[in-house]
Amino acid sequence: MGTTTPIATTRSVTGMPTGRLAVWWVIGSEIVIFGGLLMCYLMLRLKFPHWALNSSHTNTFAGGLNTFVLLTSSLSIVLAHYYAERKEEMKAFGLIWATIFGGLCFLVIKGIEWTTEIQNGFTITSSLFWSFYYTAAGLHALHVIAGMCLMGWISIDVLQKKNMHRVELIGIYWHFVDLVWIFLFPLLYIAK
Amino acid sequence: MATTHAEHHDHHEMSFWEKYIFPLDHKVIGMQYLFTGILMGILGAFFSYVFRMQLAFPGIEVPLFGLVTSAQYNSLITNHGTIMIFWFAMPILVAAFGNFLIPLMIGADDMVFPKINRLSYQIFFLSVVVLIASFFVHNGGFGGAWTAYPPLSAKAEYNLTPWGSILWLVAVVLEFVAFLLGGINFITTLMNSRAKGMKMMDIPIVCWMIVLASILFMASAGPLIAGAAMLLFDQTIGTGFFDPARGGDPILWQHLFWFFGHPEVYVVFLPAMGIVAEVITTFSRKKLFAYKVVLFTTFATGILSFFVWAHHQFIAGIDPRLANIFTVTTLLISIPIAEMLFVYIATLWGGAIELTSAMLFALGFLATFLIGGVTGVFLGASGADIYFHDTYFVLAHFHYTFVPIAVIAVFAGLYYWFPKMFGRFMNETLGKIHFWGTMVGFNGIFMPLFFTGAAGDHRRIFDYSNFPELAVSSLHHLRIVATISVIITILFQFVFFWNFIYSMFRGRKCTENNPWKANTLEWVAACPPPHGNFPVMPEVYRGPYEYSVPGRELDYWPQNEKV
Repeated sequence: MGTTTPIATTRSVTGMPTGRLAVWWVIGSEIVIFGGLLMCYLMLRLKFPHWALNSSHTNTFAGGLNTFVLLTSSLSIVLAHYYAERKEEMKAFGLIWATIFGGLCFLVIKGIEWTTEIQNGFTITSSLFWSFYYTAAGLHALHVIAGMCLMGWISIDVLQKKNMHRVELIGIYWHFVDLVWIFLFPLLYIAK
Repeated sequence: MATTHAEHHDHHEMSFWEKYIFPLDHKVIGMQYLFTGILMGILGAFFSYVFRMQLAFPGIEVPLFGLVTSAQYNSLITNHGTIMIFWFAMPILVAAFGNFLIPLMIGADDMVFPKINRLSYQIFFLSVVVLIASFFVHNGGFGGAWTAYPPLSAKAEYNLTPWGSILWLVAVVLEFVAFLLGGINFITTLMNSRAKGMKMMDIPIVCWMIVLASILFMASAGPLIAGAAMLLFDQTIGTGFFDPARGGDPILWQHLFWFFGHPEVYVVFLPAMGIVAEVITTFSRKKLFAYKVVLFTTFATGILSFFVWAHHQFIAGIDPRLANIFTVTTLLISIPIAEMLFVYIATLWGGAIELTSAMLFALGFLATFLIGGVTGVFLGASGADIYFHDTYFVLAHFHYTFVPIAVIAVFAGLYYWFPKMFGRFMNETLGKIHFWGTMVGFNGIFMPLFFTGAAGDHRRIFDYSNFPELAVSSLHHLRIVATISVIITILFQFVFFWNFIYSMFRGRKCTENNPWKANTLEWVAACPPPHGNFPVMPEVYRGPYEYSVPGRELDYWPQNEKV
């Protein structure tokens, strides 16, 4: 096996490439995971107004900076897709790594932020707000890490001009990771 | 299996390792799911035998097990439920049949992502290993019921299984990941890889059903995956998501669990309905009565299934006004289900019915599932449910739905597609003995439990001698009837296993591609299909159920025949 590609993988009855279709379904399944978690958070948050006392300690500046970093990295992956379509693999490769660097900056800022919170005594077991804070952002960070690993893997293919369409797929996924953060940032940081 | 893939040298020679342990072929992956599911089903059935023996004859040394302690009893019922839903019903109905049938029935040579398909099974296998490991850790397997309500499931000082409860949860999450990967594969394959000419309304119902089940699973499992992460943190690092003393809410878990748990019923129900649709159309030589009605009814069921979950929580302290709403939605969902059953009965009407083993099981499904559905109406009405909640009436009700789905419909599917899977027929006489033994045995187990439940017999009690009002002989006789019926049912399954294994190697050879004279595309491929399925990729010219078309000489009209 592996010697022949199944004909099934080359068909496209819907007109949408199978890879892109699958990424949308992956995102669909992820939306309900984050959706479920955030729904739990929102219900409890509305029930307990005193959570605002906890959330007033979150570092809005760090969160804001991370929003900026993540949105910028989405721009670079869009540009990578643009160059991948034009078969300019060196530019696409560089921009993918720029995106990975963006993800890394996000994680470093997050690491510094969490270290400070923990030093100030706000750990995952401090209160229910902080439990949600670390669980939701941690789950999101895992997705950032997964995206970075996938991009590293795809970048090697891009150098050899193989599977260039995967740049678009990881781009869609990266935008989703971005979008989750767009929900997390106001809910965990701005709502004081 | 040795004969199934012989004599195909058009691809490079594959080692046993490549072919059966790390396969990419959808059919072999389907078989991996099937055999793993059957083995787990045997384990789950063995558990039910052990705890039923304890219930009927408290304190005896159960043969093949020994004395049952109360902790073991809890672990046995918990893992019986978990295994039967997650490691028996789902892998067989969704993954095994889905993998085997979807590419064949839509005229493709494989899934669109063979490697993700293989990964799906590997993660599933890992989940099996983790679950079985949980039985052997300190203090044994988890005993907090398959619903895992906190605080019982969250705190080791309550459930007394510090490792069992964690491993149980990890196993369930791994299983979910496996099915999400598999589901994405099924959905995209059906959407993108259909044979030329196969329009949406030409897709065989069973493929629709498995894919819709995958979508339902995907949409409902997410919140529970988030909930599982929360519960895992409660168990391991001491967060208080579900701990009321720390501001958390144990009812929240119940919402997350049942928001998944109720659509899950339809995740296994829909593939079973699909299998039955294929079998009854073939063996009554009739067009499926109202294909589109079945399909749109299924959509309605799927959507409605997301709005009924709180009927599991009527006495859990939810707002009574909310209970009213959920009573209405729950009673509403019985309408599309009843409609589907009527459509199937209408399909049988006036047909040239041939009572093969597969057909008998399909008819048995309709008859027994009907009882499961009707008794559900009592439980869906919140007023009646206050009395029935957590009694054996509930237990009998959901076994009258799940056993037809996961056992009877699966047997219908196995007898029907066995020639396609292994190139040989199963023995029909043994099949009929197996059918009657299973039907009589199954009804003998759960019919008495309706009566004990209506008399107030509570579930999840280890030994009724401690409950004087329930330890009366009138109820106890019924418990003994149920237990003896379990043993009878299990004994009749040996007929099936003998038939299955013997026929796989020594059964009557299937010399033609289409022994049942059916229309769908899997019957165009050889018995069993080689790697790559079809010598020439088929094209589709009509719907899947064109039987007994007036003016046509043959009473069937395969989808791929031009005229």
